Amino acid sequence: MTTGLDLTLIPPLGEPRPQPVPAAEESTLPNGLRLILVPRPGVPLIELRLRVPFAATTAADAGLHTARGSVLSGAVLLGSAQHDQTGIAELLQGHGAELSVSTDADRLLFATTLLPDGLAPVLGMLAELLTGATYPDDRVEGERERVAERIRIALSQPGVIARSSLAARRYGEHPYAITLPDPELVTSVDGDALRDLHRARVLPAGSTLVLVGDLDPRATAEAAADALGDWTVSGHAVEAPPAPDLRATGIELVDRSGAVQSNIRLGGPAPGRTDPDLAAVRLANMIYGGYFSSRLVENIRERRGYTYSPRSSVDHQAAGSSFLVEADVATEVTGPALLETWYELGRMALLPVTEAELDGARRYILGSMALSTATHAGMASTLSALVGAGLPPGWLAEHQRDLAAVTVGQVQEASRRYLAPSALTAVVLGDAGRVADQLEPLAPVSITRSASA
Amino acid sequence: MTTAGAELTLRHPVERFTLDNGLRVVLAPDRSVPVVAVSVFYDVGMRNEPEGRTGFAHLFEHMMFQGSANVPKMEHARLVQAAGGTFNGSTHQDYTNYFQALPAEALERALFLEADRMAAPAITEENLRNQIDVVKEEIRVNVLNRPYGAFPWLQLPQIAFESFANTHDGYGSFVDLESSTVDDAADFFSHYYAPGNAVLCIGGDLDVAEAERLVQRWFGPVAARPVPPIPATGEPLPTTERTAIVEDALAPAPALAIGWRVPDPVGDFDRYLGTVLLAELLSEGDASRLERRLVHDDRIAIAQSSYVGLFGDPFDVRDATLLTTQVHHPAAVPAQRVQAAVHEEVRRIAEDGVPVDELRRVQARTEAQLLRQADSVLGRTLGFAAAEIVHGRAELAGELAARLAAVTPDQVQAAARDLDPGTAAVLQLRATGGQR
Repeated sequence: MTTGLDLTLIPPLGEPRPQPVPAAEESTLPNGLRLILVPRPGVPLIELRLRVPFAATTAADAGLHTARGSVLSGAVLLGSAQHDQTGIAELLQGHGAELSVSTDADRLLFATTLLPDGLAPVLGMLAELLTGATYPDDRVEGERERVAERIRIALSQPGVIARSSLAARRYGEHPYAITLPDPELVTSVDGDALRDLHRARVLPAGSTLVLVGDLDPRATAEAAADALGDWTVSGHAVEAPPAPDLRATGIELVDRSGAVQSNIRLGGPAPGRTDPDLAAVRLANMIYGGYFSSRLVENIRERRGYTYSPRSSVDHQAAGSSFLVEADVATEVTGPALLETWYELGRMALLPVTEAELDGARRYILGSMALSTATHAGMASTLSALVGAGLPPGWLAEHQRDLAAVTVGQVQEASRRYLAPSALTAVVLGDAGRVADQLEPLAPVSITRSASA
Repeated sequence: MTTAGAELTLRHPVERFTLDNGLRVVLAPDRSVPVVAVSVFYDVGMRNEPEGRTGFAHLFEHMMFQGSANVPKMEHARLVQAAGGTFNGSTHQDYTNYFQALPAEALERALFLEADRMAAPAITEENLRNQIDVVKEEIRVNVLNRPYGAFPWLQLPQIAFESFANTHDGYGSFVDLESSTVDDAADFFSHYYAPGNAVLCIGGDLDVAEAERLVQRWFGPVAARPVPPIPATGEPLPTTERTAIVEDALAPAPALAIGWRVPDPVGDFDRYLGTVLLAELLSEGDASRLERRLVHDDRIAIAQSSYVGLFGDPFDVRDATLLTTQVHHPAAVPAQRVQAAVHEEVRRIAEDGVPVDELRRVQARTEAQLLRQADSVLGRTLGFAAAEIVHGRAELAGELAARLAAVTPDQVQAAARDLDPGTAAVLQLRATGGQR
């Protein structure tokens, strides 16, 4: 046990200095594209994020849509009417930029940093791709083979297998069950499919362009309107259908023969960003396993040495939010580690946390929000996610007020609902031959064979 | 682009002083956001480990979080995080660092915590056994239980270098880790963690005079101890090609790593800058030489990268180090074909040189990446501290953008001539798990 602190030695905290509140200038172009512009002091750079809603329309369509999206995100850079792939990359590079294009279950995201002088030409290149990416057939073939090969490599990583196993068990037929596309479907994607997908889904209405950094808002708005005014495809953005949470009981043990560690994954629903319970659940998450000063870390890492980085988190997707627990533990202590993980969840659900725990968690969340928005890149990514989720830029300040008001009683109430072991679906990836006996005393175990291990 | 580099230097003036106990202190004030970063860099890393104690520098890094004279176990984390701050530490080849990023009002608390463990960390049998278990799980997560876990950072140095310092596994063997004792840890601390062997660097929202007063108050009483000499880790240049094949039973596809010895990162800095830009020109982005040749034109690679320094930061290492080109390729493509294509692209640069406009683009991109890293108070502070401990000049971190912008095509061509296929270390990874 720890001895008491000699508080007289610890320097007290000084007076907090107010956080500068950056002014976000919002507007909407005639084509429906939303613009969020934030000038801020710091290094002479601009961060760009263009978020395009990109969810699968139906569950039946999700497999193919995900496969096509995974190829499109690389192939959109393969050529335009005016430039080939090298020409595109060279123009961007000359302004310190390199477009990264990525998809997830909700959106397509174009992101880059750039030197301020490059604003107009980089926006011009972005417009060229949005309105005229050509998806040359031969180059698309090369890209789809690489994407399929990268997915096969990803599927050999235990963390990736564990994540997809949990998603499949929680979401069943919903598109969120698919975390990585099927490589076989990827190799069937061709240029025609990508050109169709681009025309149907890469739309200005519903999309958001965020620019943060060394910029003048008025000149930047004009540059954006000039560059992107011709992006005029009509149509409406698609959001994912509401996500169910199947809440399967018992433990699914995914066999990975010979594994020297087991990957424990628990997940269940959490309040969304506009739900009044969110602040209490975020604080409960921190106290449970959201940071180093948490009960889970103290128990299974610092007391028992079962694991290196146990953690819990609250994760938001457009159609459903999640509370997630992860721990990668030595094979021989898999049962004891899951027991302690559940024990600490049960304690959260049944007993009040201390005022000191609540206060520490609150100060940490507020401090880390300030740190994560103290750079151009952090601010741009945060605003892109918030505004893309339909929230105003002022949501951050409102959420900070909500966090300040949460009581011990509210944390317990939220924990009982969202952190109780009975509210969470459990998956363990590990060597079934060595792990099943350890798990069976805790709950019914069903063993499945990993698709890729 | 030199103007932005100059601006970065100007905006972050560096103040420095040394305490009577030998602790070097660097202050880099910038009050634009109310955030302060505190870092302590000790001049000991993986390369300093003695034989039989592989992984000890990293294990000892874990011990520094187990409490200290006036801070019980778990309280270091609580005192930082409950102040709204974040913390971590990391072990590098040539140094070990500890750092916090916090709201400005928590500066003194962070200084107290760092001074308390610089004076007396809680090295106990119970803490040591616990952290050996934790480190073993860290190695299982990052190396043993995943494909490509040791590739190439633990495997390539074994054939690229000669000395124990440069070739051994810095994560550590389980045998060495498990046989570590409290006495080993106490000796290691006594030898390497003297205040005179450390740099304290504070960046961000601080008042120079007040910060100096607080540093004197908390670090001044830490007793001076002898400072060990910095061991020379350089070794003779290789004169032959060295090759090895490793098997990875978890990997679904093969991979190749080629390592070339590069100029001394400290003693031959100007020549080294050419090498740093060469790595960018070879591999950074869709416009780069190897991305075009291997991935898009010949389609013999799934992914490629080139970097200088074992962990990819060219400015945080001393001699000896490598430029490494790493390629993941389909099983149907022989490694020799990939290797030949890489050598051919390097030879083109060595023979034909680099067009000025191509180098300008690479420099613009490099500058943007340096600026981006410097935008975070913590990133900037760690950069100043690493420059102070490795190069003896914190200011260098602020000058890098300008120094790289001044590199000429001739320097990059000379760097390419240094990458002789006849002296390269070539590591092939064979995927023996099959396509699973």
